[in-house]
Amino acid sequence: MNISQTGRQGSRFAKRRTSRGDRAFEAVAVGIVTLLTLLILLPMINVVSASFSSASAVNAGRVLLLPVESTLENYKTILKYNSVWLGYRNTIFYTVVGTFINVSLTMMCAYPLAQKSFSGRKFLSILFFIPMIFNGGMIPNYILMRDLKIINTLWAGLIPGAINIFNMIVTRTFIQSSIPDTMAEAARIDGCSPTRYFFSFVLPLSKTIIAVISMYYAVSHWNDYFTAFLYINKRSLYPLQLFLREILVNSQFDSSVMNDPDAARQLQGLAETLKYVVIVVSTLPLMCIYPFVQKYFVKGVMIGSVKG
Amino acid sequence: MKAKRIRIAWKRDWQLYLFMLLPVAYIVIFAYVPMAGLQLAFRKYTAQGGIWGSPWIGLDNLVKFVNSYQFERVVSNTFILSIYGLACMQIIPICFALIINTIEKPRFKKVTQTIVNLPHFISVVVLVGMLMQVFNSRTGIYGVLYEHFTGQYPTDLFGKLGAFRHLYIWSTVWQNFGWQSIIYIAALAGVDTQLHEAAQIDGASRAQRVWHVDLPHIQPTIMILLIMGIGKIMSVGFEKAYLMQNSLNLKHSELISTYVYRIGLSGVGKTDFSYATAIGLFNAVINLVLILGANVLSRRITDTSLW
Repeated sequence: MNISQTGRQGSRFAKRRTSRGDRAFEAVAVGIVTLLTLLILLPMINVVSASFSSASAVNAGRVLLLPVESTLENYKTILKYNSVWLGYRNTIFYTVVGTFINVSLTMMCAYPLAQKSFSGRKFLSILFFIPMIFNGGMIPNYILMRDLKIINTLWAGLIPGAINIFNMIVTRTFIQSSIPDTMAEAARIDGCSPTRYFFSFVLPLSKTIIAVISMYYAVSHWNDYFTAFLYINKRSLYPLQLFLREILVNSQFDSSVMNDPDAARQLQGLAETLKYVVIVVSTLPLMCIYPFVQKYFVKGVMIGSVKG
Repeated sequence: MKAKRIRIAWKRDWQLYLFMLLPVAYIVIFAYVPMAGLQLAFRKYTAQGGIWGSPWIGLDNLVKFVNSYQFERVVSNTFILSIYGLACMQIIPICFALIINTIEKPRFKKVTQTIVNLPHFISVVVLVGMLMQVFNSRTGIYGVLYEHFTGQYPTDLFGKLGAFRHLYIWSTVWQNFGWQSIIYIAALAGVDTQLHEAAQIDGASRAQRVWHVDLPHIQPTIMILLIMGIGKIMSVGFEKAYLMQNSLNLKHSELISTYVYRIGLSGVGKTDFSYATAIGLFNAVINLVLILGANVLSRRITDTSLW
């Protein structure tokens, strides 16, 4: 009671001391931030609104901030467009399985490297560090993938980038700084093997970092088009982003993949509008989840910035 | 003696080595084998010979690249685009962090920050798609507003050579300035409030305190990120540039990385693995020099190095 009283008095005191100039300064700051936020928001609102507008309104350029002649027709059409759903299915597969592989390998690598007493630590750290600043590049990688017969298989969406070295270093830093060495020491003296120590202590204590890197990996799988672009040219294995590229960048709607001819005919007139729909359909999941998991992403940035 | 030490270490750590087995195998196969593959830059690739058996031709490929008319174009495009981007992506997030930090409304800050972070999660493909829609000269907001105020439709920005770099960089700014500012906002949260109070008692205005208290506090962070940025100059991405490329803007949009793809993998014209590898090697070496140089600089100036 007492404390909050003085606290409030303190803030009142501080408030009285802010000059008119300072208040004007804050008002300007609020104005600038509001303006920038709107600048971020407006294109996104425009895209969403256009996706709910009639094709004629979109083609005539009548959609600004609110849907014009609002309709769900566009979404119904896209529901029948098989490529998008095939892409969705493949992307979910690559994201779920890929993230699992990523996190497992990252933890397997970060844990030993975080143990101060580990005898191969220095050499192995360097081994993992060098590829961060120098790599073989596009062509040697392509030849390797070709020779290993990974091209045009599901593995092409899982193997490239299976360990992100930056994420691994962030994880190692986290383990090092949040789990004291003395604990490993004590466990060892009590006869606990490194494997058991990993599963009973390190894994439970690393929940935060596992959440953080899982999300980083998952987002990068969801948004990745580059690896699939290089290593997959079989349509049945395309992730969503490659279909999006066809639709958005190359303006190709393949009407033969629609399962009924009526819808295929509709597609012609709707092309521009449907682009807005696929943008929304592909991006919405991440946008909706983000506000709830924001703190993990921000935490990741913090841990990463401590020292890479 | 040494053998004995190794034996003791092995006995104690063998399980840890087992943990490392898969990650090490992965990194050796998928990072070091391609590095060895760079020797292709000095060979003439043949299908039978592959990486290890094709005939050596020395520096021919590199010489050919340096003397080709594309050399100047792709190298300067890469540099210009990344330095332009570096400048914008350094300055704008810092300004944004300093500004939002002066606001004392926690709810407002939280909501606006969440919104400006959102575009970071849009994929490159969708971003370029949005860019094309929004800047469509007839149906996009840009075209509609332009027509509204001037009475005529604008020319297509994607076909305009001069517009490519600005579209590329400012869409990156739009997408990432909020995300980039997180780190500065976090650093600013660590400013000692006593410093502010002392400055206030001495009569410093809010603007003066931003300049004399906040900015010096985040200076080390700024330096580190700037140096890291310099180290990444040559690795400006393939992905976005390739998506935005068309025959009209190729003069500005052909970067080293997209050129490597065109020569080596696109299947358009004559595919030449060796030549493409040589161009990639050229890029990787400059990149390495920049990173190492930036790190030395960092150690000199800020006493912190990246490793």
